[in-house]
Amino acid sequence: MYNPEIEAMDREEIAGLQLERLKETVKRCEEKVPFYRKRLRDAGLSWKDINTLDDVEKLPFTTKEDLRDNYPFGMFAVPIRDIIRIHESSGATGQPTVVGYTVKDIDVWSELMARSIVAGMGEKSDIIQVAYGYGLFTGGLGFHYGVERLGASAIPISCGNTKRQIRVMVDLGTTILCCTPSYALFIAETAAEMGVDFKQLKLKSGIFGAEPWSDQMRDKVERVLNLSAFDVYGLSEVMGPGVSIECEQKNGLHIFEDAFLAETINPETGDRLPTGEQGELVFTTLNKEGLPLIRYRTKDITALDDTPCGCGRTHVRMRKVRGRTDDMLIIRGVNVFPSQIDAVLMEIEGVPPHYQLIVEREAGLDILEVQIELSDEMFSDRIRGLEEWQEVIRDEIQSYLGIGVKVILVEPRSIARSEGKALRVIDNREV
Amino acid sequence: MTVKQVSVFLENKSGRLLDVTRRLGEAGVNVRAMCVADTSEFGVVRLIADDPDKARDILREHGFIVKETTVIAVEVEDRPGGLSEIIKPLVDQEMNIEYLYCFLEKSGKNAVMIIRVEEAEQAVGALKVAGFRVIPEDELYSM
Repeated sequence: MYNPEIEAMDREEIAGLQLERLKETVKRCEEKVPFYRKRLRDAGLSWKDINTLDDVEKLPFTTKEDLRDNYPFGMFAVPIRDIIRIHESSGATGQPTVVGYTVKDIDVWSELMARSIVAGMGEKSDIIQVAYGYGLFTGGLGFHYGVERLGASAIPISCGNTKRQIRVMVDLGTTILCCTPSYALFIAETAAEMGVDFKQLKLKSGIFGAEPWSDQMRDKVERVLNLSAFDVYGLSEVMGPGVSIECEQKNGLHIFEDAFLAETINPETGDRLPTGEQGELVFTTLNKEGLPLIRYRTKDITALDDTPCGCGRTHVRMRKVRGRTDDMLIIRGVNVFPSQIDAVLMEIEGVPPHYQLIVEREAGLDILEVQIELSDEMFSDRIRGLEEWQEVIRDEIQSYLGIGVKVILVEPRSIARSEGKALRVIDNREV
Repeated sequence: MTVKQVSVFLENKSGRLLDVTRRLGEAGVNVRAMCVADTSEFGVVRLIADDPDKARDILREHGFIVKETTVIAVEVEDRPGGLSEIIKPLVDQEMNIEYLYCFLEKSGKNAVMIIRVEEAEQAVGALKVAGFRVIPEDELYSM
């Protein structure tokens, strides 16, 4: 552990620390952010009404729309002269939102990233290749500051230029790779074409995040890159990467509770759910100065687990995120997350991880088409052999998801590769 | 005495077959025979080239999914009934013919039948016993 005093703190002590910081945060929001002052007043609330951690339930939610409505700096709790860094969210699901950090915010973030990297097997002696995008996206710089805080060596290569990524990995002896899981697989594919054998490399672990990925995809990443893969979670509105991280138990991601108060809610009613029940993840920041947030709705679906963990960390764990409420496809009334399709494909030997989902509506009926790139292994020159693959994949998806899909085999490389977040779904339905 | 056929996977998109033939032509590979099997979504091109290994490498380099398959080339007399005489010894041995196609020799007297069966060596034996001429690799590629 990077900071055992905090990371293995007694749970009662954590709760005490959280309550104290929750009050400070609400007070700060009320005093410094007109948006929150009005929200709290409208709800007839003040920071003085927060006396227990459960009182958080009384507070109103904050949504991405609120950040957009107050674009760019309306939700900041400090004047711009106290902001030392600005990032912008990726805008993957709409117009961008802007976030700002004070000196202390960057300091806290760096420490949480250092803790995350240590959880992902990092030490001072590691050479860490940061292949998340540097720039407005929080991934690159977030990791970079964490590596430097830890005192390991950062290779700030950013994403893209895959052949150079591999050359650097080989020549400089990278020990930890940080990027999106889909980019990790793309690196592996390119390396195979270049004749690079991962067994000859020094890579020991990878810290992958910024998109939902299944346990099956983890198995594949670990196998093809010959490393131990850790899931890291975060979102720019709340901070960036390093909100939670998997430990070596790989049984959920520890949320850094000295910095964030996590809840799960029913996404439709907004009701708070008991620990362990699956719902939408909601965060209240506990020590952020620049952009404190009260009950921010992440749209990510998970469940919390506060049972003791074998690694010794006491902070609550969130289950690996399966999907977002807004990636979720509703196909003929069935909820489908792209990560579930991913999980099915990873289970079938020989099927490459490159797929795309296309949703159409024909005569009022939703049709889910799964396009899969054919691999050498799958190719048979008998038409029947190819049709058998289509049937196997279709049947597996049907038995796992309970919906019929149309499986289309496409030529290799015909699905666009992404160096950041993979674009998996094209929804052509006009609703 | 089998021969190599090059099989290529193609999506049903306009221009893809042309890409295959153009890449081969540019690389100086001569195509002796070709057959396309297709469904509404994809097709498989099977071809006999004068240099099958080169054809495979060239297409692979250009990102196609390619496989070399083992097939049999046998000479058929160009007259009514010629075809069934060839198929009979295979059927007699309960061999399953996956597909076949034929092309004409340059002389025009005989046709060459390309046959794909699982048990290729056994099929070659059966055809020879029945008195047919199975064409060896070198001869086929340089036809």
